[in-house]
Amino acid sequence: MNEGLFPNIDWQDIIEATNETLYMTGISVVATFVLGILLGLVLFLTSKDNVWENRTINFIISAFVNIFRSIPFIILIVLLIPFTKAIVHTMIGENAALPALIIGAAPFYARLVEIGLREIDKGVIEAAKSMGARTGTIIWKVLLPESMPALVSGITVTAIALVGYTAMAGVIGAGGLGNLAYLDGYQRNHNDVTLVATIIILIIVFILQFIGDFVTSKLDKR
Amino acid sequence: MITLSKVSKIFRASGEAIQAVDDVNLSINQGEIFGVIGYSGAGKSTLIRMLNGLETPTEGSVVVAEHNISKIKGAMLRKARQEISMIFQHFNLLWSRTVHENISFPLEIAGMPKNERDARVKELINLVGLEGRGNAYPSQLSGGQKQRVGIARALANDPKVLLCDEATSALDPQTTDSILELLVDINKRLGLTIVLITHEMHVIRKICHRVAVMESGRIVELGPVLDVFRNPAQQITKRFVRQVTEPEATKEAIVHLAERYPEGKVIQLTFVGESTENPLIANLIRNFDLDVNIVQGKISQTQNGSYGTLYIHIDGKNDEITRALEYIEKQQVGVEVIDNE
Repeated sequence: MNEGLFPNIDWQDIIEATNETLYMTGISVVATFVLGILLGLVLFLTSKDNVWENRTINFIISAFVNIFRSIPFIILIVLLIPFTKAIVHTMIGENAALPALIIGAAPFYARLVEIGLREIDKGVIEAAKSMGARTGTIIWKVLLPESMPALVSGITVTAIALVGYTAMAGVIGAGGLGNLAYLDGYQRNHNDVTLVATIIILIIVFILQFIGDFVTSKLDKR
Repeated sequence: MITLSKVSKIFRASGEAIQAVDDVNLSINQGEIFGVIGYSGAGKSTLIRMLNGLETPTEGSVVVAEHNISKIKGAMLRKARQEISMIFQHFNLLWSRTVHENISFPLEIAGMPKNERDARVKELINLVGLEGRGNAYPSQLSGGQKQRVGIARALANDPKVLLCDEATSALDPQTTDSILELLVDINKRLGLTIVLITHEMHVIRKICHRVAVMESGRIVELGPVLDVFRNPAQQITKRFVRQVTEPEATKEAIVHLAERYPEGKVIQLTFVGESTENPLIANLIRNFDLDVNIVQGKISQTQNGSYGTLYIHIDGKNDEITRALEYIEKQQVGVEVIDNE
């Protein structure tokens, strides 16, 4: 079969590249989820009429989020090279892609988190306050559970964007399916490799979307 | 139980100062059901929210269940709020939690261990009549059931005061009545002090002992419900009282009657307490040479006695009518001649 439809495919390479893509996506999604929720909570809680209302902090975080959300990812990777070298000590391999992936995705997700939190009925937060809840309790028992469907559908969108980012990171040496498609598929003109890499990425995206939709609908009791 | 002295609240929005509450002095007794009525924007919502510190007064002091709510902050305020529960117009339940978990929430906040919580929640579910609905989500409940959950949740930590923020305004009349009955029941059984705000005089009439009427941030009238019904001093109070005593149809009936009988007078009679039981109309017909025609009548029950209004049309010689009016006034019945114009 290799000689027929896909003459240039080394399935061992494909599996390895897929694993690398899954690894990069997995770690960065988890880190983005945590970091994005933290940033989103701070954005929400420091906004007007909220428990930690603070214009300065809100302005700084908001500016940070907007700046990192606006830089095209491929440029962000380059900009972050010194930072990446300082913490990962290399520019090659999957781990080298992680700082840029997380810094690129977390601000984007933070905005989605903020939107999700804003959609919570103000009255529910007020009810919790009227029961004597401390802010920590309001965050853990009201804000996060009540916005969970939005948080999950938001991380689904972000995860899919991250799959795309890993492919871009691959082009400059981070490994994964993007790297394979570029080095093997494009530079050696092996179109079948590019095609297979594309199909696998599509499958990953479909699976992510399916899981995201399923979990969201299970969580939503409204 | 509750004392407000010289309480004012000014909101500043984009350079403009809005006086929401203006120099309110008020004292509410233990075990009382106290109603505050006013149109929207009268400041009643701000007033009730100052009782649990959701708003802080610009001036004056608010003392509830021996807590100086307007002064305390942080842990002290949170502790005090466990004694001052609140229910809301839109129920404000957590959709992500079942009925059981919603009622359990304030107990979690108070730090009660899990097994005690479960027992307490079961008790509360029975108290508000939601047996068997413990595992339902709020979205599966009707409005009345949601408010029952709200009430159970509010009662969880054995509060001393229950604040009701337009608690029945989102409910249909029948459900409103059943929720009001539940509140009266709780008030009697637990000796709970209840403060409620509303724009419906029906709610005041049905369950309150005393009522305060609010208009542009001030309390313009205050007293036992029956007294306010009998002798509404302010124009706004009269309008609220009419909500209950004078259905829309009455006005039409009076106009119609005036057209049909240009002679004679339409009279509004107001009965309070025992006087509702006097055979006044029979005496009128027996003792005076008059034609008496009943237009419309209604008796309303309040927490401190009954209250009735009766519209009659009387026709006869002018001096006979005057004598009749004097006679009615002697019977401790309020009389008001309605102008036909």
